[in-house]
Amino acid sequence: MKTQEQISFSRRNFIKTSALVSGGLLIGFNFMTACKETAIPPVDISQLNFQDFNAFIQIAENGYVTIYSPNPEIGQGVKTSMPMIIAEELDVPWEHVSVAQGDLDTENYTRQVAGGSQSIRRGWDALRETGATARQMLVNAAALTWGVDASTCTAADGVITNANGDTLHYGEVVNMAATLDIPEEVSLKSPKDFKIIGKDAINVDMDAIITGKPLFGLDYKAEGMKYVCVVRPPAFGQKLKSFDGTAAKLVNGVTDVVQFGDKVAVLASNTWAAMKGKQAVKTDWAFDSEPENSALHDEELQKLLNGEGLDVRRDDGDVDKAFAEAEILLDRTYEAPFLPHNCMEPMNFYAHVTADKVHLVGPIQTPAGTANRIAELIGRDIGEVHLEMTRMGGGFGRRLYGDFAVEAAEISNITGEPVKVIYSREDDMTAGIYRPASKYRIRASIKNGEITGYHLIEAAINGNMWNAIAGYFPADAIPNYKVETGNYRSNITTGAWRAPYTNFLAFAEQSFFDELAEVLKKDPVQLRLDLLKRVPDQDNPEKYSSKRMSDVITLAAEKANWGKTDGNTYQGFAAYFSHNTHVAEVVEIKMNNGEPQLEKVTVAVDCGIVVNPTGARNQIEGGVLDGIGHAMFGNFSFENGLPQDSNFNTYRLIRMKDTPIVETHFIESEVSPTGLGEPGLPPAGGALANALKAATGQRLLRQPFIQSLRQRKTDLDA
Amino acid sequence: MAVFNLKVNGKNVSVDVDADTPLLWVLRDELHLVGTKFGCGIAQCGACTVHLNGVAMRSCVTPVSTAESMEITTIEGLAQEELTPVQEAWKELDVPQCGYCQAGQIMTATSFLQQNPQPSAEQIRNAMNGNLCRCASYNRIEKAVALAAEKMS
Repeated sequence: MKTQEQISFSRRNFIKTSALVSGGLLIGFNFMTACKETAIPPVDISQLNFQDFNAFIQIAENGYVTIYSPNPEIGQGVKTSMPMIIAEELDVPWEHVSVAQGDLDTENYTRQVAGGSQSIRRGWDALRETGATARQMLVNAAALTWGVDASTCTAADGVITNANGDTLHYGEVVNMAATLDIPEEVSLKSPKDFKIIGKDAINVDMDAIITGKPLFGLDYKAEGMKYVCVVRPPAFGQKLKSFDGTAAKLVNGVTDVVQFGDKVAVLASNTWAAMKGKQAVKTDWAFDSEPENSALHDEELQKLLNGEGLDVRRDDGDVDKAFAEAEILLDRTYEAPFLPHNCMEPMNFYAHVTADKVHLVGPIQTPAGTANRIAELIGRDIGEVHLEMTRMGGGFGRRLYGDFAVEAAEISNITGEPVKVIYSREDDMTAGIYRPASKYRIRASIKNGEITGYHLIEAAINGNMWNAIAGYFPADAIPNYKVETGNYRSNITTGAWRAPYTNFLAFAEQSFFDELAEVLKKDPVQLRLDLLKRVPDQDNPEKYSSKRMSDVITLAAEKANWGKTDGNTYQGFAAYFSHNTHVAEVVEIKMNNGEPQLEKVTVAVDCGIVVNPTGARNQIEGGVLDGIGHAMFGNFSFENGLPQDSNFNTYRLIRMKDTPIVETHFIESEVSPTGLGEPGLPPAGGALANALKAATGQRLLRQPFIQSLRQRKTDLDA
Repeated sequence: MAVFNLKVNGKNVSVDVDADTPLLWVLRDELHLVGTKFGCGIAQCGACTVHLNGVAMRSCVTPVSTAESMEITTIEGLAQEELTPVQEAWKELDVPQCGYCQAGQIMTATSFLQQNPQPSAEQIRNAMNGNLCRCASYNRIEKAVALAAEKMS
């Protein structure tokens, strides 16, 4: 297994420096890509050029450091953790570091996407090298000042020391450092010497959040801006036949009503007027494709599970032979509904399209792609598009899709005004892009007390798992192993939702293992450990490691006192590898007057080096409760193309009274860090289902569980 | 349209809006106090929570006309020179993830602790149950309310 150690590198091309006119050093850099030869960082801090650089480090004459971090912040903590990595290698006290949001999109930015829990994993090396390079430049400047060899000097906590014990603060040498060449080679710290990484650092936006400062897209305002609400087709499959905006225009504050595509925009001088104006628009819709309903989806997905038109994703050994020779066959089907993302901040975006530029501002996980899409749609050069990212009130995958930003640009392109498109909660929940409904059928063959064959079929809507997922556990642990997928094309728009595919697949498989353990009369934890013993360990971030998986399983079981609880506590276990991170969870339930009550979830995580423990625990706590909440309550369906829920009065999200305490344990590691935004979620539903089985005797195969639990209560009461 | 005289965070202000305009949009669009958030518009999520005469209310369903004679406090008006014990507790426990719902959570917690300075664990869970957090930072919110109570005693 590869661990981080003192390494040298040569990447001078990805860093450029300048001396600021106000004094101090400015370092511009690009993650993983070289800067253009011609690119030079500005000399005025107000003129940061994010077209050529995707981040900057400013070191002022007082030694204080400002990191302009452009990575989108959706609540996963990268705005704090990425600067921590730079500061670690730069070796400055974290108290001397402040973080500012870089305001822009750039054509050079390789990973300006927050999604897939990849920000830290992909940025790790580049961020460390950047910090180390900056440190070396300061050391070189100090050495030059003293007339000594740089190798005889050391730097720590913002102070450079030479062999005689003389010291210079970083601030005292920044102006000289700005005139020096960028060092060819620098070395990185050994993880055991980390002072910032591995220590709790609170969210850098904390004070602004808790005092209500403008941070989010919805908070953004511009001079003369119109507030816009949009009438969209109420059902999937519908097109606009005609509309009448007369009554809407009579609403106080409404300034204009315009059609764009199959939608109608109501522009107003305030949000309330735009909302009232929207209600007053009279529309006539026509179906141009077949309206769908959830019963149809059920039927179509079931047909796929029966083996029609499937793609083989992986096929080891001979599953058919194993099944033919089996003593016992286990065959289960697991079902999950559509889910909306329900970010707390509803979708919104600002756009101002003028003759010389296209100005866009808002919460978006994919700024570069969205800017390109808009440029193409309204026929503008990408160089004229200026996109500023705001903090995001949640993402969960929804803000990967720039449909709301495109709407704003289209409307401003028509009226020429600065506009802010605002979704109501009803718009947000019904306008589309959902976690697609899916079903999994899993069959296993057992002979001589061993699992000999395993066959998984995925039936989903509009897409399927990517191939790497077919290689997740128990691939390699069972000799005859097959994964097939099929999908039904629906006119309901679907997309990524926190931990795509695995958010439900993990529940299905982890529930199935529990049943296998029952059939084999084995402890469910031991069953997994025994299967993992058959798998040689591998050091490939896209695949699970049998050692790391076994270690999290063992740690979670130990911390939760697996199997050793009192008579009224029921436990359920799950372990899953996703987004390059291994996680094991034990859910504990107590029965209270015959009702299951969630008490605690014990989590063991191997995400490599933990950059910011408080932030990391926050992600796991949130991911686990999100997984439990949606497995328990999340339900979304369609009748005649019409979404059946539109707000939180009928659509249930997890609330405080529903929550267990989450206790997180990290495996100590010196391996490069991996993602945390998603991997806590997938195992939660399975661990919950297994605990509910232990507590109630009821095996839950269909989400949300609340429906079956209510039925159980009705049956018991009767 | 009509003129409404409001007292927001100790200051007298007047706004010219329709009488049915929810206080939320008056605060956000007219007074530029955007710390109070829009989440659902039907009093189900708590993101828009403000204090009217010290009591936590949902500003998204409170017409401006009914708030006229009341002391309105928003998240921006909570801290004077220093953070309040509730804000301090939120900071100490690093509560927020995306942060969007937290102003509403803090307003609910502040009003609750004024009425019940030494709450039980169950009372905290009941009091905070009306505020949604999609990031599910509930464990920390729960601990922060308890910590704030400790700080205030």
